[in-house]
Amino acid sequence: MKIVTICGAGIGTSGILKVNAERALQRLGLSATVVAADIGSVARVAADAQVILTSAEFVEAIGATRADVIVIENYFDGEELAGKLEAALG
Amino acid sequence: MTLPALADRAIVLHARAADWREAIKLAGDALVDSGCTTGEYTEAMIRMVDAHGPYIVIAPGLALAHARPGPEVRCDGLSIVTLAEPVEFGHAHNDPVRVVIGLAGAAADSHLAAVAELANAFNNPAVIPAIAEAGSRDEVRRLLGAGTGAEAPA
Repeated sequence: MKIVTICGAGIGTSGILKVNAERALQRLGLSATVVAADIGSVARVAADAQVILTSAEFVEAIGATRADVIVIENYFDGEELAGKLEAALG
Repeated sequence: MTLPALADRAIVLHARAADWREAIKLAGDALVDSGCTTGEYTEAMIRMVDAHGPYIVIAPGLALAHARPGPEVRCDGLSIVTLAEPVEFGHAHNDPVRVVIGLAGAAADSHLAAVAELANAFNNPAVIPAIAEAGSRDEVRRLLGAGTGAEAPA
């Protein structure tokens, strides 16, 4: 399973989301590869992803995709992340 | 791996900003003052929000200002600005902002290591309000688990 986190630069906010998504997956007992990427490379990086984690601002730019696009509001809220990941993957 | 050091010049307490641009500029100026970036990096951080919106407001009260690694970045760096008056960034859930972090990475991989350390500090929800209220730079460093950059190597 592959999860892609998306932000503008692919290194700051998406990096935080990657780190915390990995922790949430561990809590849920799920295993997945989590990759941080910038919005410009989403079509390529997320082509084989099951889930895209991002902010509301990027949903439109991500456009049509087979992945579930999940919007995270508080990047540091482990319960929000785990709950939304569980709903998408469970 | 620890956070990039937070020298005194990288921490600005209870500053005043009229809007989000000024708030990001304060964080960018602190990176420039620490010798980590040039003014162009500050402009690039502001352009990220112009281009994509207020997505850098990643948690209630906290903005993580950053741009891509590039020639405007001389070293991995971090700055912290606390705002005397909270500032609206236009985020649907996490406004207003009281703490702005400036993040500069010389390369993507070192950047990610610093980001993981930031995540460790901020996963405690009490930390953002505590930093916003902090009265000294040492208190900010303690809350983040950061050094001054002047300590003897361990």
